[in-house]
Amino acid sequence: MTLGFYPGCSLKGSSREYAESVLAVAKAFDVEIEEITDWNCCGATAAHNLNKELSLALPARILSLAEKQGLKEIVVPCAACYSRLTVTKHELSKDPLLKATVIEANGLDYSGSVSILNIIQMLDKYITPNLGGRVVKPFDHKVACYYGCLLVRPHEILKFDREEDPQSMDILMLKTGATPIDWAYKTECCGAGLSVSRTSSVGRLSGKIIEDAKDRGAEAVIVACPMCHSNLDMRRDAINTFLGEKVDIPVLYITQALGLALGIDRKKLGLQRHFVKVTV
Amino acid sequence: MSKIGVFVCHCGENISATVDCAKVAETASKYDGVAFSVDYKYMCSDPGQSLIKSAIAEKGLTGVVVAACSPRMHEPTFRKACAEAGLNPYMCEMANLREHCSWVHEKGEATTEKATDLVRILVEKVKYNQSLNEIRVPVTKTALVIGGGIAGIQASLDIANTGHKVILIEKDPSIGGHMSQLSETFPTLDCSQCILTPRMVEVAQHPNITLYTYAELESLEGFIGNFKAKIRRKSKSLDEKLCTGCGLCTTKCPTKKIPSEFNEGLGNRPAIYVPFPQAVPNKPVIDRIHCTYYTKGKCRICEKVCPTQAIRFDQEDQIVEVEVGALVIATGFNIKQTDFFPEYGYGKYPDVITGLQFERLASASGPTLGEIRRPSDGKIPEKIVFLACAGSRDPAKGIPYCSKICCMYIAKHAMLYQHKVHSGKSYVFYMDIRAGGKMYEEFVRRAIEDDGVNYIRGRVSKIYEKNGKLIVNGADTLLGAMPIEIEADMVVLATAGIANDGAEELAQKLHISYDPYRFFAEAHPKLKPVETNTAGIFLAGACQAPRDIPESVSMASGAAVKVACLFSQDELTREPIIAVVNRQAPPAYSSCVGCFLCVSACPYQAIEKEEIRNRNGELIKSIAKVNPGLCQGCGTCVAFCRTKSIDIQGYTHEQMYTEVLALLNEY
Repeated sequence: MTLGFYPGCSLKGSSREYAESVLAVAKAFDVEIEEITDWNCCGATAAHNLNKELSLALPARILSLAEKQGLKEIVVPCAACYSRLTVTKHELSKDPLLKATVIEANGLDYSGSVSILNIIQMLDKYITPNLGGRVVKPFDHKVACYYGCLLVRPHEILKFDREEDPQSMDILMLKTGATPIDWAYKTECCGAGLSVSRTSSVGRLSGKIIEDAKDRGAEAVIVACPMCHSNLDMRRDAINTFLGEKVDIPVLYITQALGLALGIDRKKLGLQRHFVKVTV
Repeated sequence: MSKIGVFVCHCGENISATVDCAKVAETASKYDGVAFSVDYKYMCSDPGQSLIKSAIAEKGLTGVVVAACSPRMHEPTFRKACAEAGLNPYMCEMANLREHCSWVHEKGEATTEKATDLVRILVEKVKYNQSLNEIRVPVTKTALVIGGGIAGIQASLDIANTGHKVILIEKDPSIGGHMSQLSETFPTLDCSQCILTPRMVEVAQHPNITLYTYAELESLEGFIGNFKAKIRRKSKSLDEKLCTGCGLCTTKCPTKKIPSEFNEGLGNRPAIYVPFPQAVPNKPVIDRIHCTYYTKGKCRICEKVCPTQAIRFDQEDQIVEVEVGALVIATGFNIKQTDFFPEYGYGKYPDVITGLQFERLASASGPTLGEIRRPSDGKIPEKIVFLACAGSRDPAKGIPYCSKICCMYIAKHAMLYQHKVHSGKSYVFYMDIRAGGKMYEEFVRRAIEDDGVNYIRGRVSKIYEKNGKLIVNGADTLLGAMPIEIEADMVVLATAGIANDGAEELAQKLHISYDPYRFFAEAHPKLKPVETNTAGIFLAGACQAPRDIPESVSMASGAAVKVACLFSQDELTREPIIAVVNRQAPPAYSSCVGCFLCVSACPYQAIEKEEIRNRNGELIKSIAKVNPGLCQGCGTCVAFCRTKSIDIQGYTHEQMYTEVLALLNEY
């Protein structure tokens, strides 16, 4: 079966290494991936602050296109996109009137039949069951798995993992040979969109995350969200200013860490694209 | 030929404002069988009732229809009036013109027409009414009290002091309940055990009270005045008559590391144990789940050391059957444990404790002998944080209600801490301070003003451990939601008060209802707070909702008075609105064919088999028979009966059918 792929804007731009590593890992396990044709913006944070219908119509269009393309299942690696798509599916399933409005606005059929996977669900479904013997270079490091806000919230809609103390990434990393640490900032805010408008706030918020990971001996932070990554990685200068010291713990996408364990070439995983040098 | 009187009430303007009462009365006077019809401003008043009485006497009425308010309001009034005039009270019916008509419709002809219809159907029904007599049942003047906490203790003592017998059962080895675990009590800070233990002893010594500890209700049958209860006395593995309570066995038992229930897991107890030194009865039980002899087949040290040879390893559970006239349910409550809170670490931090655990730390009889020492390393906490509403008032956690007792006990905890640790700092995170009660608000102010407890209005989002400290992240909403971070040594969660384990099963055994939170439901939230919907079963204390000590005690005394009222009569009378299986002349005897579907349908186990035999004792036929003492008149059997052989008295098939036909203007 072909797995649909919705990259969203980040995976084509600032976090293209996330896309590279997702595709590299999928290829290593012969998972057939097909990008949704003519996809559009998920609406991100902006749309649902301005207009509810628009914020649902945008993701609905993506799901309509996937249906049109004959896809039954899609993977959405960006946690924010995953949240928007899943929320849309949920809202439209319980409100037929809204669904009709959205269908009319998009001019595309929408049945709500496509199932949406986040990256952890995708890996758990297609990769980890076949992992036996494939881990050639165990990722033998202490890692802090950072979930951020959107991967596990709101629980009523996503029904994924435990919202206060998620475990899915930790369990996955354990299988790559890593030692996940028990730490306090798994789901704290990284500062998100304040990255541009109030970088110092991101320095403080992300700084506390990096500090706790460091204090508890983490050698790498593992993420599954482009926003989290850019704040923890690209804003490291602001973080170090806040912390008053230079902390060089690298931040890896879970697919990059997994890729390293599988022995995939570092370049194919895009590790050279990070701001904080990936030394692990 | 029927002679029916119709009495149309205006209910002041309640009915007459939208219904033309005079017209209703006039129309009714023309119906077949109506001998008298009149309208009046207040039919329930003395003159109104006299009108009915004199009409019965003068016109020789055989049936009465009062068209007024709901029968729930005044049916007893009018039936009594009829009885006083010599008419069987069950020959009186009420048409509900107020709730069913005038209150819900606009003024107009259609409204009057509907009122006329309502009167019409009752006139036709009453033609088929039959004289009925009240059912009389005897009363067993013994009460069964379930639960030996403060509520059960109070209820037992009060009932026993009225001269009636009480059987008190308690599931734990000792009575005392949660109150025995408490250190001091608000708002006076008097020692909980000091005020409780004399009452516990009084219970044990009272000539009218039979106490069964380590016992649970197995089943309950019967009805008000006549219950039959089976009590399971769990084996204590001990001959209580021989045991002197010397305690030697408990000191010699090699299995010592069992978390003590009484100390909320903060201390240990052996496998043969007395829960606490002041226990009543002060005799041990063997916990068979942990005892080495029961788990591994070896040991028997307690048996060897016992000076009176009181240990009985082969003792079995005993079922005691008792007959009682009333029950008081006082099974209490429980609290959510810390592992219910993922944001506070799923119970993995030993120094995040519950309020009940803090009580044990603060208690002189507790694991630290009353010193506030944190569980992890025994250090005296320099900074302590109390969180109110842990779970309570949180719909996302499934507990939208207020647990009520926490605001007060948290103030008490913080106060006790400040009294014991003078250099310490205490913080209370709260949503609102709910201190309604005599001297309660003053008590909280004392904590804040005299003892310097820092009250912060806001919630705590998260607690985590770092370098041996508990980092408490919260917000002060009185300072514009300013984030607050406290490095605490210990955190106390005022976790929600919840219904006790097994509350549903007990409710089902008792045939009483419970609310969505599994607390037992009172019959009326205001006017029947200690009654249940099942006659003869009363509630006391926190099994009905979270309650503090004074409320539990008041409620228990209230329930005790209800029991005493019941026991003041030798016989009870009940309404005869019950099911009956028809009987006919031989050779049919009854249209019942003996399929006994009704037996399985009856929720009250009120239907039994009756065997009809001839003079030689040979069985002719088996038919169903309704026990009038047990039947509650619900009508389920009527619906089930395939041959229409069962009727509810006063609501027979014939009467119902007649009503429908009257409504369709078939007369």
